[in-house]
Amino acid sequence: MLYYDQNKNYRDFEVLRDENKCIQCQVCVRQCSYEVHTYDEKHDEVTADQTKCVGCHRCEAFCPTDALKIRKNQSEFRDNALWTPQYLKNIYKQADTGGVLLTGMGNSYPYPVYWDKMLLDASQVTNPSIDPLREPMELRTYLGAKPDAVEVHGGNGHPRLDTSFAPQIPIEYPILFSAMSYGSINLNIHVGLARAAEEMGTLYNTGEGGLHPTLYQYGKNTIVQCASGRFGVHTDYLNAGVAVEIKIGQGAKPGIGGHLPGEKIGPEISLTRMIPEGTDALSPAPHHDIYSIEDLRQLIYALKEATDYKKLVFVKIAAVHNSAAIASGMVRAGADVISLDGFRGGTGAAPTMIRDNVGVPIELALASVDERLRQEGIRNRASLVVAGGIRCSADVVKAIALGADAVYIATAALIAVGCTVCQRCYTGKCPWGIATNDPYLAKRINPEIAHEKLANLIRGWGHEIQEMLGGMGLNALESLRGNREKLRGVGLNETELNILGIKHAGA
Amino acid sequence: MEINAKGIYYRDLNKMIREAVAGGERSFVLRNINGQRYIGDGIEGKVKMDLYGTPGQDMAAFMKGPEIVVHGNAQDGVGNTMDDGKITITGMAGDIVGYGMRGGRIYIQGDVGYRVGIHMKAYKDKIPAIVIGGKAGDFLGEYMAGGVIILLGMFGEDRNGRPAAGDFLGTGMHGGAIYVRGGVDEHMLGKGLKPEEATPEDMKTIRPYLKEFCQVFGLDLNGILDGSFSKIAPATHRPYGNMYAY
Repeated sequence: MLYYDQNKNYRDFEVLRDENKCIQCQVCVRQCSYEVHTYDEKHDEVTADQTKCVGCHRCEAFCPTDALKIRKNQSEFRDNALWTPQYLKNIYKQADTGGVLLTGMGNSYPYPVYWDKMLLDASQVTNPSIDPLREPMELRTYLGAKPDAVEVHGGNGHPRLDTSFAPQIPIEYPILFSAMSYGSINLNIHVGLARAAEEMGTLYNTGEGGLHPTLYQYGKNTIVQCASGRFGVHTDYLNAGVAVEIKIGQGAKPGIGGHLPGEKIGPEISLTRMIPEGTDALSPAPHHDIYSIEDLRQLIYALKEATDYKKLVFVKIAAVHNSAAIASGMVRAGADVISLDGFRGGTGAAPTMIRDNVGVPIELALASVDERLRQEGIRNRASLVVAGGIRCSADVVKAIALGADAVYIATAALIAVGCTVCQRCYTGKCPWGIATNDPYLAKRINPEIAHEKLANLIRGWGHEIQEMLGGMGLNALESLRGNREKLRGVGLNETELNILGIKHAGA
Repeated sequence: MEINAKGIYYRDLNKMIREAVAGGERSFVLRNINGQRYIGDGIEGKVKMDLYGTPGQDMAAFMKGPEIVVHGNAQDGVGNTMDDGKITITGMAGDIVGYGMRGGRIYIQGDVGYRVGIHMKAYKDKIPAIVIGGKAGDFLGEYMAGGVIILLGMFGEDRNGRPAAGDFLGTGMHGGAIYVRGGVDEHMLGKGLKPEEATPEDMKTIRPYLKEFCQVFGLDLNGILDGSFSKIAPATHRPYGNMYAY
């Protein structure tokens, strides 16, 4: 047996350097925060320690002469459908350390992606499609509890509304930026998200790390989060945004808490979370004041009382086996918005086993939650925002047809600012300057450019959503919401079709 | 302002208080309180409230500054995620007192329930404190990240001589300190924690809290300082630092 790290040479990636193209400019040396590349002055040569490469492609993207390529390690083990290299490497690593395997981003296993097994309808002959370039197309969505009935009096062209509405948040696109804490990502990204949300008339979510003082100005576009660690939660914070989200769970790691390691708690993070520098920021698995639906109601109303009933209260749960029953309880507990996070949702750090083996695909959870709330006659009492692996505007449209009011995106937002989903967010060394608070690396994100790219993403998806809506002969997103007649399944069995509440293509 | 809270729905009562505070009222006497929830939640500034009766769940949650005196017992969730201020309870309090508390002081003359002081935290000179005159249930100071908890075990109901603290005291603790008068057995503490005798320096730290405790309840400070105190402090600021395989 080997007496040193067996994984050292069973590395995941190879760094291929074309010596004919390399000009020893050392851009790769400076860009790689994992110290893969080093410059040997004596021989005027750049060399690579391939064992350290995480496959983030930062060096390849910045190489001015296109001399670098990152490939999967070509070295292959004997084929074995059960003992794939990933399991071998994990076991070697755990045999060396006795630790819990960590990873970042969302579930990477090839579970079925139901978005890819559903197709949208379009109008032909019998009902005209609508051209969004010449017709108005309504994407605005109002989040918040809707009354059971609307009473109006006084006709004669002067109707008056008698029903009083709970507070509503208008959003111009059905796409919100999902919770990512200051700590897991840096302030430059938060500024980019906040400004993009402001420009596009949507919302971003602070995550559980508190709100940096410079971000209070974006309050109209902010959801603040209250999680089990209660970091940076105080009255100014609760009143800073338009909504407070109680985070019960997260799709990437249902049922467990979070540990932001002490080395990531620098002066600014310390200030925002209000804990000493260098201390672990531990979020317990449950809120220890919530052990039941009744307790959840208690926190929802404590927050409403503390904010004078002016803020919406979101409650976020991970999609799990009995989400539908839980969601029913959440609505009855007084949640204005239910955030439902599927098992492909991302994270800055999660135990690999949890990320890859716990939860439910968001498509199925969404369909069952929406259906259950309709059956119980309480669907109007809360909006439904879904998250966890929304990759494109077609996923958004399908989610809305399944019954969502809006979607949350976070992984897609990070990809918009450069992320290559290398899944090493937990190291704090993100070479793209995203999942890091190292000032040298964080500077790689320019908040202005991040703002522009994020706004562009929403804008682009918005156009596509309008095109798809128009194609179906609809001129308002409201007409698509929960309209499962607009979806057909391909390659799905009877059970899956039943859960999704859709017919098979051709039927 | 004096309010007879008998039969008033919590939402109406709290609205009344919020509006009065917004209108400049700084002093409240609430009589016949009977289970109304959320009293004092999110209230800011120099406000004083005297509560007669038994306030309901989550009293003074997210509170920032006011002083509340409960002449009686309180239920669960007192001072939940409280930011600043002072709470005095002449009787007992229920579970999860001071959950995620960030500042201010809570003085309880009698016993408290389970999960008290979970995840209290501190930042620079903002140090929350809970002083419990009686005994506490399990999980006192779990996940504690900062602040001070003092458990006296003296003024509660004597339940067949059970120890002042419950089990799993300070589990996952990574900041702050818990002081137990009369000591605590090591087997009752969270993993890795050891009780140590409080040093004169420690006693200097807790003396102001004890002094105020005695002052608000009219007790004799020397009678409290007579006994020995154990201190439980975190073994590390990174209790789970070595749990992961990188």
